Formats: sequence, structure tokens, C-alpha cells
Amino acid sequence: MRPPRVISFSQKLSKWDLKFSPYLYISPFFLMFAVVGLFPIAYTAVISFMDWDLVRNSGEFVGFDQYIWILTQPHFWTALRNTFSIFVLSSVPQLILAIFIAAVLDRNIRAKTFWRMAVLVPYVVAPVAVGLIFNAMFADKSGLINSWLEVIGISEIPWHVEPFWSHVAIATMVNYRWVGYNALILLAAMQAVNRDYYEAATVDGAGPIRQFFSITMPSLKPTLIFVIITSTIGGLQIFDEPRVFDQFGRGGAGQQWLTITLYLYDIGWGQWNFGRAAAMAWILFIIILGIGLINLLVTRTVVRDEGMRSELGKRQQKRAARAAKKQVKESQR
Amino acid sequence: MNSRALRRTALLAVVATTSAIVLAGCAGGDAGGDSSEGEGGGETLTLATFNDMGYSDELLAEFTEETGIEVVHNKAATSNDARANFFQKLGKGGLADVEAVEVDWFTEMMQYSDLVVPVPDDLKGRWLDWKEAAATDADGNLVAYGTDMGPQAVCYRQDLFEAAGLPSDREAVAELFPTWDAFFQVGADYTEKTGKPFIDSANSVLQGLVNQLEIAYEDPDGSIVAADNPDIRAAYDAVVDKGIPISAYPGQWNDDWYAAMAGGDFAAMLCPPWMHGIIAGEAPDIEGWDIANAFPEGGGNWGGSYLVVPADGENTEAAQQLADWLTAPENQIKAFTNAGTFPSQIEAQDSADLTGYVNEYFNDAPTGQIGIDRANAITVSTYKGQDYFKYHDALQNAITRVFDGLEDKETAWETWLTEISGF
Repeated sequence: MRPPRVISFSQKLSKWDLKFSPYLYISPFFLMFAVVGLFPIAYTAVISFMDWDLVRNSGEFVGFDQYIWILTQPHFWTALRNTFSIFVLSSVPQLILAIFIAAVLDRNIRAKTFWRMAVLVPYVVAPVAVGLIFNAMFADKSGLINSWLEVIGISEIPWHVEPFWSHVAIATMVNYRWVGYNALILLAAMQAVNRDYYEAATVDGAGPIRQFFSITMPSLKPTLIFVIITSTIGGLQIFDEPRVFDQFGRGGAGQQWLTITLYLYDIGWGQWNFGRAAAMAWILFIIILGIGLINLLVTRTVVRDEGMRSELGKRQQKRAARAAKKQVKESQR
Repeated sequence: MNSRALRRTALLAVVATTSAIVLAGCAGGDAGGDSSEGEGGGETLTLATFNDMGYSDELLAEFTEETGIEVVHNKAATSNDARANFFQKLGKGGLADVEAVEVDWFTEMMQYSDLVVPVPDDLKGRWLDWKEAAATDADGNLVAYGTDMGPQAVCYRQDLFEAAGLPSDREAVAELFPTWDAFFQVGADYTEKTGKPFIDSANSVLQGLVNQLEIAYEDPDGSIVAADNPDIRAAYDAVVDKGIPISAYPGQWNDDWYAAMAGGDFAAMLCPPWMHGIIAGEAPDIEGWDIANAFPEGGGNWGGSYLVVPADGENTEAAQQLADWLTAPENQIKAFTNAGTFPSQIEAQDSADLTGYVNEYFNDAPTGQIGIDRANAITVSTYKGQDYFKYHDALQNAITRVFDGLEDKETAWETWLTEISGF
């Protein structure tokens, strides 16, 4: 039997300090998040089951009516199609281009910092400004791009009429803004790759292309997952570019470039139907969650694991971590 | 300072900062609604408008001189911004003491007419009948102060008319457009002769036709008649069959439309007075614009605004005074000379400042007198219910689809019917 120990108050206090202070330090963020993040999300869920009057702040419970209404709207499905189409048209070329640019910037070139800052410039331009500039370029009759096309003998492309071409135009604006941003993130990851690998590979006689696919790509995996997930979320929430693609911002007369968030915005702020808009927001949330998961799985399997820097396997790493923890606990006692 | 004390201080600082941010956020929310003491010890009122309604600083200074009340003027860039702000804060506080409301969303506002202060009875009769009728709620209260309106005329290009062998002086051109059929015929002749579009957009023609109907999409009793209203179908048929072939674009306000205006590509436009400034501003190099004192089949109103006084404002009496003063005939005429906002007050229409007003850009056309004549020609005021905008927007989309060749006439109509059945 151990002798009973008497703990003084100050000792107790310091123990509490050790235990609870860290939580106190991080609490401002979580408090703020609860107020400005969690509460609106929950509130949206409540409103989505109601026929809501924004001005009078009152509503009537209608169950799943709003969800059913949205799922039976042809516009919703058109918007879903457009969103995916724009997402694919922007994300895929964007990532390929970003990796390419990052790989180029990773080489030994003159005025490195200048080039690195230069690729970020489009990201700094406000999306509305991008919209204005690109709109003038993509105008059906008076646009710069169509007059260029005419010079090389291609007939005018109806950017604001054909769904596919409108998606291409919008994806161009998106790519313009985000390629540089993604390239810099990927570049940072590339710089972190141990240069010894490249040296060894060069000694082994691997060319730059082989090095890129066997060393750079696998090392980029965690960063790629991050970039792909953020661009998935961004892509599915695409709003600014289609919003400024014409003067009304409602996705075109035939819903050619109506995206989900654009539709959501129109229902909420155009038609003042917040119940439906809230239901729509939740549907979008679920879609993003689903796509995000699929993306994560696909990226995990597609990009191979060769670049792991630790010699230990996953299971061994876990075992080592557990042992270390135990040791720490013992020493504390 | 030992490390623990340091930690405590840091914690305190974090908590203080957080609460400061939260408090600042709360304070920011209702800053707009203050009607506190002004610098000179007098009262201060806030006025919220959009675009350019002609309420210049000089005009507001006159009010301050007369009453001793300072006016802080917040101008939103577009009417859409003003609309979003208005409905977010209506009934909750935070609106300006006097708010401007555009006719496009005025009917939406009328659902909440109990949340604004009615106009005093002695001001009734200041405005044209239909302008007042639209602002009178079910209980017979007039709830908004009319500012301007948009009596439409036909703007045309003298030089292009002459080149196409059409009469080109103002009086003769006015004779050309007694009816819509005549209007479409002139357009068809022009297009055939020159191979160029006659009018700027098909949807502005739809706008003109619908603004002459008594009932468009909703009955005043609240029922929806959009799909069965033969007048709407007739307007649609006319625009698709005769309007589209002579139009340059399906709608207005896009880049191509502006570019075409600057380049002088079309020969005519339906134009309310507020459009004059837009034409003159966008096409400064084009000479030959003129205005015919005519509109097919009488008159039509397009656009205009009201002022309202939110009931939860802190000083509604002074706010009423300001709204009254701003919409007084003599001051509305000053606004007209400032920004071309055509007065909707009966008395304003007799003023020499208005009747004698000529617009240099439009070949010295007497735009004041034309506006008065066109306003007097307005015989019907279209009933625009709370969902007018949705239905009209969808119908405009149908016409655009036909124009773009995405759908044929019947398919586009059917699509419209399906679309509105979902509302």
C-alpha cells in the first residue's frame, strides 16, 4: 500500500494549468468557429426544413419538401452537369499545367524569385476584374478571341450560346487564376524532396523524365492530395466566374453555365426563398463530401508510394510511436 | 516576468482581442441606422439610394439649410446591391432613415408594407394616378414617395433612317409608329433594305409590349395567370415572329450590346428618359441620334423608383420630412436636370424647367416635353405582383433561346411553361 499523498493547492493549480491551459489557448479559434461556422451550418439545416420568410424571420415546418423540390427541378440537374463539366475542364488541365510549371521553376534558372512571383500574379487579380477582362475577350461578336479565330480562318465560336463553349470560357478564367497558386504549392513540395535522390538517380543513369515520374511525382503525393481536394471543393463551389460571365449572372437563357452555387444564390438572393436555398446548400455539402472522398481514394491508389522517406513500414512506425509514448508516461510518473 | 505570468497575460490579451472583434462585429451591424446628433448639434438623417438618382450634394445641402438637418447619403453601385441590403435589414433595424426602392423589386417590398411608415394623407395626389396606385397597399395606405418614372419614346438614328430612305425628321418619324404592326413593318423594311438590324434587342420590345398590358402574369387577386393569359402569348408571338428578325441582340446590357452602341450598329431603340444618358455616355462619337415623340400604341412606362421610410428608424418624422422634400415637384426637377430622372409628380410637369428642357446630344430634342407627352399617353399600369420578376425573366430567357437558335418557338414556350410550373 502506498502512503497517501497530500497535494497542496498550488501544486494542484499547476497541474490544472498543465492540463487545461493548452485548451484555453486554442479556444478562441474554436469559439469563433462555433459562432461564425458551426452555428450558421446548424441554422441552415433548420431553415432547410422550413418555408422561410427572411424579412419577418419566421418559418413554417415543411419537412423534406424543399429537398424534394430541388431534386425535381430540371435546372438543378443542368446545374450539376455544368458544375462537373466546368470542374473537369478546369481542374485537370490546371493541375497538369501547375505540375509542369512547378517542375520548370524547380530547375536551376536565372531570376528564380521573379518567375515564382510572376506565376502568382493572376491569383492576386480580383475575380470580378478577371471576369470583366475575359468577358470582353469572349464576347460573341465584338470579342478579341473570336476576331483572332477569324484571322486564322476559324468561324466565330458562340461562347454565350453553346453550353460546352461557355464551360471552356469559364474554365479558362478559373485556370488563369489558380494555375500559379497551385504551381507554387507544388513547387514548395518539390523543393522539399531530398536532392540526394536525384543525384543517385543521375548516377544510375536516369534521365530527367524518368526522374520526374519516379522521384518527384511520388514525393508530391501528400501535396497532390491537398491540392486536388482543395480544387475539388473550389471547383464544385464555383461561383465568381460564371456569375460575371454575363450581365445578369443567372447562368444564361438556357442555363448553359448555371452552376450549383449560382443556382443556390439565385434561389436565395434572387427569389428570396431561403428554405430552398438552405436545402440546396446541404445537398451541395453532401455532394462535395462524396466527391472529396472519391478523389482521395483515387489519388491514393494512382500515385504510388515509392518516395517514402522512412525505411520503416507503416506498422513499424506505429509500433515505435506507441513505445515512445509509453516511455514518456513512465518518466512522468 | 516568469513564464506562467507571461502565459496569463497572453491569455488575457487573446480573450480581450476576441471579444473586441465580436463587439466590433455587432457594432458594425447597426451603424447605418443611427440618427444621432450631427456635428453642428443638429440632427443627422441617412439616405440610401443607388445608381444616380440626381440627389447631388448641393441639393441635399439645400435641405440642410432649410431645416438644419444634416443628410448622410449612401449610394449603392447598383439597384441589385440596394435590394439585397434592403431585404436583409428590413424589419430588423439597420436600414437608412430613407431608402430608395426600384420598381423592379417594389412589389416584393409591398408584401411588407406594414414595415414602412405611410405617406401623410395631405401628400396624396402629388403623383400620377398609376404611380400612386402601385404604392397603395390593401388597407388603402400610400406607403412610398414616388421619385422618377420611365415614359418610353423611340430613339432613332437620323442618318441611318435617311440612308435607308425613311423619313428622318422628328415629326415625320413620330408618324411612323402608331401601332406595333407599323413599327415591325418599318423595321422589316429597314432590315431588308440595309441588311442590318433595326432595333437593339428583342427583349426590350417584349418589355414594351408587356408594359402595356393590364395584367401580365398575376391577377390582382393573387392567382397566377401567366400560362393562360392570351395577351402574354400574343406578345411572345409578336416578339418571336417579328421582333427577332429585326433585332441585333436578344437582350441588353452585355458587352456586345455596348460595343454595338458605341459602333452605331442599330438604327432605333425604345428609350425611357433614363436611357438618354446611357446612350450619350456609351456612344459619344455617334452623331445622328434623335428622339421621336412616339411610342407604338400609346405609352408605356419602364423603370422608376420610390422612397420609403422604414418604420423602425429612430427618427421617422424627420425622415418623412426628408422624403417629402426630395419628392416635392421643384426638387424632383432639380434631380431631373442633374441625372435625367423624369419626375412622376403632376405639378412638376407644368414647370418651365422641364417643358423647356432640350438635350443637345439628341439633336436638341425637347426631351422634357417629349417625356411629358409620353407620360400622358400612358393609360394602363401593368399589375406587377410579387413574382412578376421571376415570370418575366423566364419569358425573356425563352425569347433569348429562340434568338440563339437553341430552341424553336414552340419548344421554348413549352420550356417556359414547365419552368414556371415549378415556381
